[in-house]
Amino acid sequence: MAVVVWVVEGTWPACVDAARTHVPEGTDIVLLHVSGPDVPGAGHGAYAGLLGRGHPELDPGTRMERLAATSAERLLRAAAERLGRPCTRVERAGRVEREVVAAAERADLLVLARDGDRTRLGPRSLGHTSRFVVDHAPCAVLLVWPEPAPDLGTIPPPPHHP
Amino acid sequence: MLAFAVMRPWGWAEAVVAVPAAAVLIGTGAVPVHQAAAETARLGPVVGFLAAVLVLAHLCDAEGLFRACGDWMARAAAAKPRRLLVQVFVTAALITAVLSLDATVVLLTPVVFATAARVGVRPKPHVYACTHLSNTGSLLLPVSNLTNLLAYAASGLSFTRFAALMGLPWLVAIATEYAVFRRFFATDLGAGAPPPGAGQPPERPVFALATVAGTLIGFVVASAFGVPPAWVAAAGALVLAARALPGRGTSPLAVVRAAALPFLLFVLALGVVVRAVVDNGLARALDDLIPSGAGLLGLLGTAAVAAVLANVINNLPAVLVLLPLAAPAGSGAVLAVLLGVNIGPNLTYAGSLATLLWRRVMRAHRTEVDLGEFTRLGLLTVPASLVLAVVALWVSLRVIGG
Repeated sequence: MAVVVWVVEGTWPACVDAARTHVPEGTDIVLLHVSGPDVPGAGHGAYAGLLGRGHPELDPGTRMERLAATSAERLLRAAAERLGRPCTRVERAGRVEREVVAAAERADLLVLARDGDRTRLGPRSLGHTSRFVVDHAPCAVLLVWPEPAPDLGTIPPPPHHP
Repeated sequence: MLAFAVMRPWGWAEAVVAVPAAAVLIGTGAVPVHQAAAETARLGPVVGFLAAVLVLAHLCDAEGLFRACGDWMARAAAAKPRRLLVQVFVTAALITAVLSLDATVVLLTPVVFATAARVGVRPKPHVYACTHLSNTGSLLLPVSNLTNLLAYAASGLSFTRFAALMGLPWLVAIATEYAVFRRFFATDLGAGAPPPGAGQPPERPVFALATVAGTLIGFVVASAFGVPPAWVAAAGALVLAARALPGRGTSPLAVVRAAALPFLLFVLALGVVVRAVVDNGLARALDDLIPSGAGLLGLLGTAAVAAVLANVINNLPAVLVLLPLAAPAGSGAVLAVLLGVNIGPNLTYAGSLATLLWRRVMRAHRTEVDLGEFTRLGLLTVPASLVLAVVALWVSLRVIGG
């Protein structure tokens, strides 16, 4: 059995904890982090918009690409420490939702966190990236709450039929 | 020439083509020599100021001002993404207003990214906020944006009057952006962050802060005595340089590079070229498009034309084209042009269609951003903040008077 744990800023501790609780000892665990191109891209774009500045080495997008690599490494290290078991750390770059699905190709289970608007539970409690991953994952999915799961009292009353 | 400036083949400086192009136009008589000289004399103080403020921002960076901003934001945010967004909005708006949009794009954006990573929150809303505020936040002072400097010279307003008239539009535009960002990035902002670790107490770059504050006061005082702001900014840069140069994170060569001499030449040449284009037909073509009324509708129309033009070409040539047409209608129309060219570029990733198209062709970076998302964000923020900012400008003009 192989398990992929998708590590995302903010919500990853819940995913790592779920893997520790629900995945049997001795299973291959992959901690996966994906860096999207959009944040450094916004930097490239903003610098390109400053007409005539020259100096490509000042492009903030390039500096953010380097910073992103360091911060991803640190995040995966923190996740591995929290897991406290042997695991593989994988860093991928590209369109986040597609990279996650591709990385889960040979896995039996993918662990991810709910990361949409959790103040009103319903379709929007999954953000569009996690929605894509849940819909297209080539394996079973374990969807965890980043905070303690809500109780049954949060379910709205059934619609009234005359 | 504009195409060249956007494409920059072989990594040449923009000035390599802009300066000969200006020379050819003068040589062929498209621009009479005396007019080219007048245009250059008009742009001279603006370009001088630009050099001084670029150096000032570089020295502030060497003094650790931006690192300190990062430390301050991280502490004040206390691992809450929404609170960090507020800190980023405040910091980026102030840095842009005082040290110009270049400082926000080049120096603050990477610091904001590093801060978000350190706090453990998703960086996207905060980095996008920086890029948006480098435009929207540049409305306040004549020194915040090169476009403002050009308009300031044309409007005949004093430094304080300019700031007083633009204060309300500045606040309104930023508040509108904030409201849209909170909704647009609700997912990323709701993701939370690990509890804050014990960070080191941040350094306080008191000297840099005091110099910047002194420079700001200097702008106001100098404006009252008719001294160009370039001298004040140069004085501020000199004070910081005297302290920073003896081995405090910068070198004389780095300071000279920060002044970006090829860029200054480019601005001068661009002024002459645009003058030629405007005088040889563009003025007549655009004259019908610029509304003449100084009422609310006239201001809205002027700002809309400016925003569209800034998105098609780029805001720098756009403001050079529109200023001679708007200036006769009074300072209200000039400031409306500014609202358009400063807020407008948030609509397109890379500031204008010209830049964007070229980057798509070049694929300068292997993976491009999700243009759909960036454009959706622009469509939500730009029209709303532009209309509200123009209304705010109209109110300011009624209350304070142009």
